[in-house]
Amino acid sequence: MLIARVIGDLVATQKHDSHHGRKALIVQPLNLDGSDRGDAVVALDSVDAGIGDRVLLVTEGYSAMTSVGRPESPIDMAVIGVIDRIDLG
Amino acid sequence: MTLGRVVGRVWATVKNRPLEGQRLLVVQPLTPELSKTGKPLVCTDAVGAGAGELVYWCKGKESSFPFLPVEVPTDATIVGIVDEVHAQRAKANERAC
Repeated sequence: MLIARVIGDLVATQKHDSHHGRKALIVQPLNLDGSDRGDAVVALDSVDAGIGDRVLLVTEGYSAMTSVGRPESPIDMAVIGVIDRIDLG
Repeated sequence: MTLGRVVGRVWATVKNRPLEGQRLLVVQPLTPELSKTGKPLVCTDAVGAGAGELVYWCKGKESSFPFLPVEVPTDATIVGIVDEVHAQRAKANERAC
């Protein structure tokens, strides 16, 4: 999984059925120092994360689709946790 | 999933049989600020995306699921047409991990 920050969301009325009923969040993966780690991605929300939250992002399809309860669906990323604290060292 | 824009289409009469009837669209990945990032790729299409449209696409084995029971040999499929994108990046000093 990746540490990431929710920086926005997107609206898509025309989309695959399995995506209905779930927020599509714009999520920016982060390095441990808070800098951007690669490009922002689109992830379905499974924990009601809000914009600005620091979250746990899963980037593999099987876990992503099962986390939102939609097996056999075209989902390859999901927000699966809201991070409270990170202890390092 | 990843944001992108449909920038073209690929036609291939000779192809793997389950690909027949599939639209093959050329997609340029984008950032939430809609600037280009990374290189274009070819996606199958599960939602009827048109040229120039802002879309998001899914990669990997999951991208073949919209076409089941046909086992389409695809690793990237457009799964949504984007109406609006709202993205607001924290200023550098506000960002703490």
